[in-house]
Amino acid sequence: MTDMSNDRIPLAALEHGTPFADRHVGPMPAELARMLDVVGVGSLEELGQHAVPDGIRERDLQMTLPEPATEAEALDELHDLAQRCRPHAEMIGLGYYPTITPPVIRRNVIENPAWYTAYTPYQPEISQGRLEALLNFQTMVADLTGVPVSNSSMLDESTAASEGMTLVRRAGRAKSPRFVVDTDTLPQTISVLRTRAEPLGIEVVMADLSEGVDGLPEGEFFGALLAYPGASGSLRDHEAVIAEIHRRGAMAVVAADLLALTLLRAPGEIGADVVVGTTQRFGVPMGFGGPHAGYMAVRQGLERQLPGRLVGVSVDADGDQAYRLALQTREQHIRREKATSNICTAQVLLAVVASMYAVYHGPEGLRAIAARTHRMAAVLAAQFRHAGIEVVHEDFFDTVVTRVPGRADEVIAAAKRAGINLRRVDADHVGISCDETTSRDRLALVWQAFGLDTADLADVDDLDARTPDALPKALRRTSEYLTHPVFHQHRSETSLLRYLRRLSDSDVALDRSMIPLGSCTMKLNATAEMEPITWPAFAELHPFAPAEDAEGLLQVVSDLEGWLAEITGYDAVSLQPNAGSQGEFAGLLAIRAYHHDRGESEREVCLIPASAHGTNAASAVMAGLRVVVVRCDDSGNIEMDHLRELVEKHRDDLAAIMITYPSTHGVYEDTVQDVCGLVHDAGGQVYVDGANLNALIGLARMGKFGSDVSHLNLHKTFCIPHGGGGPGVGPIGVRGHLSPFLPNHPLQPQAGPETGVGPISAAPWGSASILPISWAYVRMMGSDGLRRATLTAVAAANYVARRLDEYFPVLYTGSGGFVAHECILDLRSITKDSGVSVEDVAKRLCDYGLHAPTMSFPVAGTLMVEPTESENLAELDRFCDAMIAIRAEIDKVAAGQWPADDNPLVHAPHTAASLVGEWDHAYGRQEAAYPMGTSMAKVWPPVRRIDGARGDRNLVCSCPPLSAYEE
Amino acid sequence: MSLPTHLHYTEEHEWLEERDGTVRVGVTHYASEALGDIVYVQLPEVGEQITAGESCGELESTKSVSDLFAPATGEVVAVNESVVDDPSLVNADPFGDGWLLELRVSENGKLLTAEQYAELTSG
Ligand SMILES: Cc1ncc(COP(=O)(O)O)c(C=O)c1O
Repeated sequence: MTDMSNDRIPLAALEHGTPFADRHVGPMPAELARMLDVVGVGSLEELGQHAVPDGIRERDLQMTLPEPATEAEALDELHDLAQRCRPHAEMIGLGYYPTITPPVIRRNVIENPAWYTAYTPYQPEISQGRLEALLNFQTMVADLTGVPVSNSSMLDESTAASEGMTLVRRAGRAKSPRFVVDTDTLPQTISVLRTRAEPLGIEVVMADLSEGVDGLPEGEFFGALLAYPGASGSLRDHEAVIAEIHRRGAMAVVAADLLALTLLRAPGEIGADVVVGTTQRFGVPMGFGGPHAGYMAVRQGLERQLPGRLVGVSVDADGDQAYRLALQTREQHIRREKATSNICTAQVLLAVVASMYAVYHGPEGLRAIAARTHRMAAVLAAQFRHAGIEVVHEDFFDTVVTRVPGRADEVIAAAKRAGINLRRVDADHVGISCDETTSRDRLALVWQAFGLDTADLADVDDLDARTPDALPKALRRTSEYLTHPVFHQHRSETSLLRYLRRLSDSDVALDRSMIPLGSCTMKLNATAEMEPITWPAFAELHPFAPAEDAEGLLQVVSDLEGWLAEITGYDAVSLQPNAGSQGEFAGLLAIRAYHHDRGESEREVCLIPASAHGTNAASAVMAGLRVVVVRCDDSGNIEMDHLRELVEKHRDDLAAIMITYPSTHGVYEDTVQDVCGLVHDAGGQVYVDGANLNALIGLARMGKFGSDVSHLNLHKTFCIPHGGGGPGVGPIGVRGHLSPFLPNHPLQPQAGPETGVGPISAAPWGSASILPISWAYVRMMGSDGLRRATLTAVAAANYVARRLDEYFPVLYTGSGGFVAHECILDLRSITKDSGVSVEDVAKRLCDYGLHAPTMSFPVAGTLMVEPTESENLAELDRFCDAMIAIRAEIDKVAAGQWPADDNPLVHAPHTAASLVGEWDHAYGRQEAAYPMGTSMAKVWPPVRRIDGARGDRNLVCSCPPLSAYEE
Repeated sequence: MSLPTHLHYTEEHEWLEERDGTVRVGVTHYASEALGDIVYVQLPEVGEQITAGESCGELESTKSVSDLFAPATGEVVAVNESVVDDPSLVNADPFGDGWLLELRVSENGKLLTAEQYAELTSG
C-alpha cells in the first residue's frame, strides 16, 4: 500500500493513452483557464449556462454514444469494417468506373492537408494555387466538351444534368414546361431530374432517340437532354437531333463522358448548348458513390446563367496576372432566391485531382487510356459475336450489352464468383463496362462467366488484330484539345511533384494558420480521421454494387445515422445529400411532400429571416416554395412582431420557416421556441439550418426544441475537410412524421424509404467514402468530448470577442452579453471615419500571415470570426494581436499620419517582389511585410490585390494562351 | 459632387432628362458610387413597354446586383449600347456617357427635384 500515492493513474487510463479529445481541442487546461478568465466565467459549464438560453438547454445531456476510442482503436475498428467490404472488378458502368489514381496525386493532393484543408478561395490573393488548378480543370472540360465556358465543378453528374435543365429553361425563350429526356440517359440521372422537375412544374418527357429526329415528341418543349454515349453504351450521332431541337426553339443539354470525348467529336461541335457529366474516371476513386467532381460547360452567351463557381483571370495591383472567382453575382450568396442555383460547396478537391490527372497524362496519355478502354470493349464484343452471343449495339465506346435470354442472373452470379460485378439490365440483358484497369485476363473471366470455354473462344490477340474500332466514322474526333503547355510540361513525377508543391505553397490552408471564417467551422481534420478514405476497401466500391459488397461501409453509414440522430434529437437521418445546399433542398422537399400528403398542397410560403444564408432562399425556390423575408431587429434577432404578422397573413399557405440556430449572427436567440410554436400553430413546419451545430452539440438538440428538420454540414461540424470548396456532406435529420419523405434511390432500395421523394444525388449514400471521417470523429470524441468541443468553441469565440471589442465593436450578443461560436466585428463606423474597408483589413491580414474572417456576411461592412475549438491560445492571440495592430494602423490613416491612398492597408497584400526596387511609399518596407517584426511567422502572398472588376468585365475562364505570359 | 439642376430624380437614384419628346434615363453619381465597380448592365429592349416602379433591367458590380426600376411608364425608344459594351462608363460619367436608356413617357412616376434628391442622399 505504501507506494500507492494519490496520483496513481489506473491501468485502464494508462492503456488508453492521450485521449483524442486532447488532440482535437486546441487550448490546454491552463490556456483555457486564461481564456475563461478574460471571458469572465469560472468554467466551461458556467459559460454554457450563461450563453445558452435556459429554455432549450438540456441539463446534463448525456448522448448515447460509444465510449471514446483512441486513434489506434478507431483505426483498428475501421480496418475491421474495411475487411467487411469486398470491392470487385466493377464493370457495372452507369457513370462510375474503376480508375487509377496516380500515386503522386493521391499522396500529394488527396492525402495532403495543404490541399484538403483549404477553404473556398474567397481570399484569392492567398489561394492562387488551387485557383490555377481549377482553371486547368475548366480548360480541360472546355477543351474536351468543345464549349468554351466551364465552371469549376458540380456536385455530381445527375445534379449537373438537372442544373442543365433549369439553365436552359431560364435562358431560353420557350414557354413550354416540357423537357425531353433521352431514354438512354443514366437511370439515376433520370430519377434526379424527376425529383428536381416536379416542384418546378417541369414535365419530363421521355423520348427514345435511337432512331434520331423522329423520336422527338410532338409539340413544344424548352430543352432536351441527350446521352453521349448512352447508359446502354450505345453511341449515336446527335447532330441532326440537336439541329431539330434548335429549329423548334429549344436548347440541347448533352451528358457526355469526358474520357470518351478524347476520341469522339465534341458535343460543342455538334451544336450542344450545355454539356454536363462527371470527371470521376479521371483518377478519382468510385468510393461507393462519391465524392467526385461533376462538370458543366456552356456555349458563349450562356456564361451568366452558369450555376456554381467559376474561376476567372484578372490582374493584380502590379499588373501581373492573377486568378479569382468570377461573375459571383450569379450565385446564391448575392442573388439569393433569384440565383442560378443553390450550389455553394462544390467538389474542389476532386476537381483538382481530375485536373492533375489530365496534367500528368496529357492529351496523348488520355487518348491512350481511352484507346485501351475502347479496344478492350471492342475485343470483348468481337469475342461474344465469335462465340454466338448477341451484342446489342454496333457502336459503343466502353460498354457492351449482350442479349442472353433468361440467363442474365446466372451470368451475373458466375461473374461475381470470379470477382467481377456486371450490370443486370434486365432478365435477358447483361451490360459490361471497360475502363482504365481492364485487362485481357479479366476479359477471359467475363467470357467464362457467360459459359464460354476455351473451345468457344478466338485467340484474343488475333481478334484484336482483326477487330475494327466500334466508333462511327462521323463521330471520330479531329479537333485538338489540351494544347496549353500545362498539359505538356509535367510528364515526369518530379515535375508534377514540384508543380503541386509550387501551387500549394501559394495557398493558406489550415496547415499554415487558423482560418477564422465565420459560418465555416474550420476545425481540425485529424489525420486518423482522414487515413481510411483512400483505403481500397472503401475507395474502390461501385455505388450500384450489391449492398453485401459494402457491408462494412454500410455499417459506417448506419452507425453514423444513429449517432447523428442521437446528437440532434431527430428520429431519422439521410446521408444522401452531398452538400449543405442539397440537404436544404431535401429537407424542404420532405416538408412539401408532407403537406401534399395531408392534402394541403396550397402551403407554399417559406419564411426566411433577412440574415439567412443565401442557399436557404435559393433552395426554397428549387423546392417550389415562395420566399417571404422576415425582418431582423436592431439586435440581430428575428423581429417577432413582423413574424407574427406574416404568420397571420399566411395562415393558409404557410409551408415552413427556415431559421439558422444559433443564428447566422452568431447569437443564441432566446425566442427560438416561440418562433417554432408560432409557425407550428399556423400549420407550418420548422427547418433549422444546422450549419452552426458546432455551438449546440451536447448542450441542446434541434429535434427537441421545436424543429422538424435540419441539415448538418459534416464538412463543418464533423471534420470533413473543406478541400478548398468541397467535398461536403449535408445529411438531414427529421422528426418521425417527415421520415417517410426522406430521399431514396432507384438502384439501391435500402438507401431510403419507399415513400421517399426520390433521389436528390446521383449516388444512394451520396459521398459515402468520406463518411468514415465523421464516423471516426464521433467515435474518438464520445459524448463528453463532443460537448467539450462545443463549449471550447464558444469559449474561443467569446475570448476573441472580449479581446477585440474595444478595437472593433462586436455587433451582436445574446442576452447575457455572450456570443455563440462566432462573433461579428463591426467595421462600418471605422470605415466611415477612416476610409479603410473590410476588404483592406482582410488583405492586410495576409501580410500578417493570417487568413481573413468571413467578409460582409451576414452583414455588409463587417467581419465574422469563428475560431473553433481546435485553435490554441497562442494562435488565438496571434490573430487578436494582428487585429489590434491593424486597428492602430487604421488610426494612423484616420489621423492623417498616412495618406488615405498610400498606406499599408490600401496597398495590402505585399508580395516579396513588391518590396524590391524603388520604394516611394509613406510607410516602410518592414511595416509593409513584417508589421510584427522580423521574427513573426511569415507567409508571402504570391500576388498583390486583385482587380475584381476587370476580370468580370473581360471574362477569361480557361488557361490564358502563352502569349499572355510574355512581357 | 454637385447635382445637375436641370434633371429630375427618383427615390431609386435615377435621373431623367427631358429631350424632344423623349426622356433620357441614367443612375446618379451617388448610386454609381454605392454600387461600386459596375461590370454588367442589362437593359430592356428597344420597343419594350416598361411600367413605373417595376424592374426593367439590372446593374451588377462584382459583389452586388441592383434592379433598375423604371422611373416612368412608357416605351423604350433607345438604349445605350456603349454602356452594355463598357459598363465602367456608368462609374466614370453617370450623368453623361453613362446614360442607360431613352423613353417615350406615357405616364410619369414620382419625381424629385435636385434639391429634394440631395436631401434624400444627405442622411
Ligand atoms: C448557414 C449556412 N447554411 C447553409 C450553408 C450551405 O452549405 P454548403 O456550402 O455545404 O452547401 C452554409 C455554408 O457555408 C452556411 O453557412
